[in-house]
Amino acid sequence: MSSTDDIIRGIGEGSIRAIARALSMVENGSADSVEVLDKVFSLQSGFSIGVTGPPGAGKSTLVSRMISRYRSQENTVGVIAVDPSSPFTGGALLGDRIRMQSHASDPGVFIRSMGSRGHLGGLSGATRDASLVLSAAGYSPVIIETVGVGQAEVEVADLADITLLVLVPGLGDDVQSMKAGIMEIGDIIILNKADRNGIDQLESYVRASLELMPPGIRKPEVVRVSAVNGDGLENLWKAIDRLAAIHSDEQRKSRSAIKTLNEILKENGLLFAERLLETQYNGREAAEELILSGTLSPYAIGKKLLETAEGMLKHNGSK
Amino acid sequence: MNRKIRVLIGKPGLDGHDRGAKYIARALRDAGMEVIYTGIRQTPEAIADAAIQEDVDFVGISLLSGAHNHLFPEVARILTEKGASDIILFGGGVIPEEDISGLKKAGYAAIFTPGAPASEVVDFINLQMENRQ
Repeated sequence: MSSTDDIIRGIGEGSIRAIARALSMVENGSADSVEVLDKVFSLQSGFSIGVTGPPGAGKSTLVSRMISRYRSQENTVGVIAVDPSSPFTGGALLGDRIRMQSHASDPGVFIRSMGSRGHLGGLSGATRDASLVLSAAGYSPVIIETVGVGQAEVEVADLADITLLVLVPGLGDDVQSMKAGIMEIGDIIILNKADRNGIDQLESYVRASLELMPPGIRKPEVVRVSAVNGDGLENLWKAIDRLAAIHSDEQRKSRSAIKTLNEILKENGLLFAERLLETQYNGREAAEELILSGTLSPYAIGKKLLETAEGMLKHNGSK
Repeated sequence: MNRKIRVLIGKPGLDGHDRGAKYIARALRDAGMEVIYTGIRQTPEAIADAAIQEDVDFVGISLLSGAHNHLFPEVARILTEKGASDIILFGGGVIPEEDISGLKKAGYAAIFTPGAPASEVVDFINLQMENRQ
């Protein structure tokens, strides 16, 4: 099981152990993970749903409802549930499974908990690659639950094919819904805990805020639900189905491929820059020392690195 | 590489007293580990399945009801059956002294009884990880 080839084969065959190992590899950023991702990239199919919203909004409970819904249609469902890691110790308490207990022994459901591991934006750095692994193993939809987010953690919208923003009554006044950021990313805005006081007010705030959206941007649907007792879920499923029908698998795949390339470019850029720092300044620490001592500004170092890269390209005669 | 020690803390059976489990989960978190807590009243099967999906290094089972001689070995058996005998098991709760050797034979590397400080569990895990490498 430990060999990379076994893991690649196992993902194609839907082996739980192999999938779990592959997820650890991408999470740990192990050297072999790139080979695994490269080999399984073409296997991905289906679509992904991102679920985001403030802490305690009912995201995990909604995800559990969603799992039941797709299981009743004979789909196998993958879930990536991200919870925050401590910025001090790096530890994390991952508790999203508690709300998904009813699916614990269902072989058609794969749930993976991930710590954010210092990554900001509501996800972990490996969420995109983890989602690819589950998709390649045949799970569809792959549901991605973010950490409980504040106002600006909008990354999930970039990753998932459909983004659900879960809001609940009692989190603030109408100025909150006028702010930029999180309010703009939902394909569907779910008003959860509809049995609670303040739900009418919340809906009027949200709708008023959407009225003011600039023309040309597709307005999200607003759906009231109570995830705990099941009210309104049928309307939510219909709204999700409408969105899922807009794009074909092929279109989703192309979009995901381009986004993935963007991520890889960023990562590679960082890796390459670190290598250049080593050759030009004896590494990052030494470069930092030059900045702190007032010898060079960070911009001067950045400029030098780019010039060095340019020089190397010319030397190699590349285009 | 950005490897973290991953531990699943589970409570099988009908016992709903999860203070000890949560206390240990919190202590392991503060020791820099990723702790998956699955909540109370899990079947041994559900705990084993979760452990495999989460690809954890350790599974810690807590039980205060007295059914440990049945439920603890059951988790070990299912993990082995599913090819995950490399996951290290430990247990805790109200476990009489005379039951401990039987549970160790069933595959538990350590059993922690009431009064054991959380640091003992942290040390146990760190030592096991060192031995593994």
